[in-house]
Amino acid sequence: MHEVAAVNPWEALAYLVSGVLFILALRGLSSPASSRRGNRYGMAGMAIAVVTTLVTHELANPIEVLGAIAIGAVIGVVMARKIAMTAMPQLVAAFHSLVGLAAVAVAAAAYLNPIAFGIADASGQIFTVSRVEMGLGIAIGAITFSGSVIAFLKLNGNMSGAPIMLPLRHLINLGTLAGILGLVAYFTMDQSPWVFWTVTGLSFVIGFLLIIPIGGADMPVVVSMLNSYSGWAAAAMGFTLGNTAMIITGALVGASGAILSYIMCKAMNRSFISVIAGGFGADDAGAAGGGSKEQRPWKPGSADDAAFLMSQAENVIIVPGYGMAVAQAQHALREMADLLKKEGVNVKYAIHPVAGRMPGHMNVLLAEANVPYDEVFELEDINNEFAQCDVAFVIGANDVTNPSAKTDKSSPIYGMPVLDVEKAKTVLFVKRSMGGVGYAGVDNDVFYMDQTMMLLGDAKKMADDIVKALNGGGH
Amino acid sequence: MDFIAIFSIFILACFVGYFVVWSVTPALHTPLMSVTNAISSVIIVGALIASAASGSAASKWLGLAAVVMASINIFGGFAVTERMLAMYKKKQR
Repeated sequence: MHEVAAVNPWEALAYLVSGVLFILALRGLSSPASSRRGNRYGMAGMAIAVVTTLVTHELANPIEVLGAIAIGAVIGVVMARKIAMTAMPQLVAAFHSLVGLAAVAVAAAAYLNPIAFGIADASGQIFTVSRVEMGLGIAIGAITFSGSVIAFLKLNGNMSGAPIMLPLRHLINLGTLAGILGLVAYFTMDQSPWVFWTVTGLSFVIGFLLIIPIGGADMPVVVSMLNSYSGWAAAAMGFTLGNTAMIITGALVGASGAILSYIMCKAMNRSFISVIAGGFGADDAGAAGGGSKEQRPWKPGSADDAAFLMSQAENVIIVPGYGMAVAQAQHALREMADLLKKEGVNVKYAIHPVAGRMPGHMNVLLAEANVPYDEVFELEDINNEFAQCDVAFVIGANDVTNPSAKTDKSSPIYGMPVLDVEKAKTVLFVKRSMGGVGYAGVDNDVFYMDQTMMLLGDAKKMADDIVKALNGGGH
Repeated sequence: MDFIAIFSIFILACFVGYFVVWSVTPALHTPLMSVTNAISSVIIVGALIASAASGSAASKWLGLAAVVMASINIFGGFAVTERMLAMYKKKQR
């Protein structure tokens, strides 16, 4: 074993405290009531970690360091203030890419100046364990960076959401991964720059290759997965520096992203492997043709009909989907719910886990429109209430209400958990037109049921018209 | 610290993470992501060490660049989480 520079026990303790505060930050998110306190714990933990580092290391040039923090602070706060809630997935992807790139920069800095990081002997030979940690750290960081950049471009619409399939991609990917792992192993014997930089370069390439074949519909999984990677990158750097705050945080974030990926996969009935393999959404266009050939009868309705039906109802469940958010209908929708509540109607919202573009996205969009969080329910908590409800009001959602997911084994969405809207006495289905189909490209039997009334039109305009009709009906 | 001590902390922290994250309400999964983003930027510690040290100019500049990137994440991540959490309100009665 090598001689480790004596660690100041207070320093180690301070990092431990900051790690514990980060745990409490996540713990606070168990309910909206405690969440803001949790966020403050997180900030305190970060402040302790930064101040501890600054006071225990002699700063060669404090102005530069503080200036760098100030620049980052201004950019970060401006971004956080300006971002639209619908664009949250892009922002998170952008933040992930920064964590990844920062990890790469730190690993590279440690490689170039190992003595300053206490990971090399006096002759500049880096310790073997540190080489492995550093190699893995830079690889995960680089993958996080380039993968997140692609995810950002796809989510932001700068790049088509359609999967891009390279020939022989599985072979190329596996070869590149094997190359990275082999070189990290070789790095323990030879710390030459070419090994280090080749690992870095290959990792940037593999992050890019891994994400381009994944389609837009799978982006919630990808964003969660990259969240996990950013955590493992931080943990790897924590090993290099022997820093407990970094290790605890890395493990927390890694676990968090992994669990969110699992929840998203389950909500779409997709296996993690098939998401990673990519290509979803590429071959579905053809399948959609089959269902639409037979013209089945459906019942159109107007905003006035909807207003009348809902104001007479006792229980109404609103099922919002991403289409609602795209149309910016959430405020009109909340106004509609308020008017109904005034008439004594019991209004609830039912959220499918993939209603938005990232885990929990729809909840944020509704919260932004001042919908109280105790009126918003998750799928498993509300699904048995549809049988007792008078009106299910579906707006901007489609696939997540499709009963064929429960019955039709040939359906591409078979096995996906869905909201049982067909059990409601009346279904009001807001949809732009009868032609379009959801992400999965399958027809929805709910459209053609006797108790369904199709409200065709833009989601926001329809919600506005219903509000008008409800106001008018009062007099 | 020796490797086994650090590795033990890591494994235990993975378990803590597993249980803490499952207790997060699904309604707050987006703030969970933004706050994990902010805290994973604790790698700023490594960036500060690099930028503070003398001996390699390249290392110092990489460190400063990483300080900027991590700071964007820290301030942006906590601020946007705070902004989201402030929107969650209970029914008024």
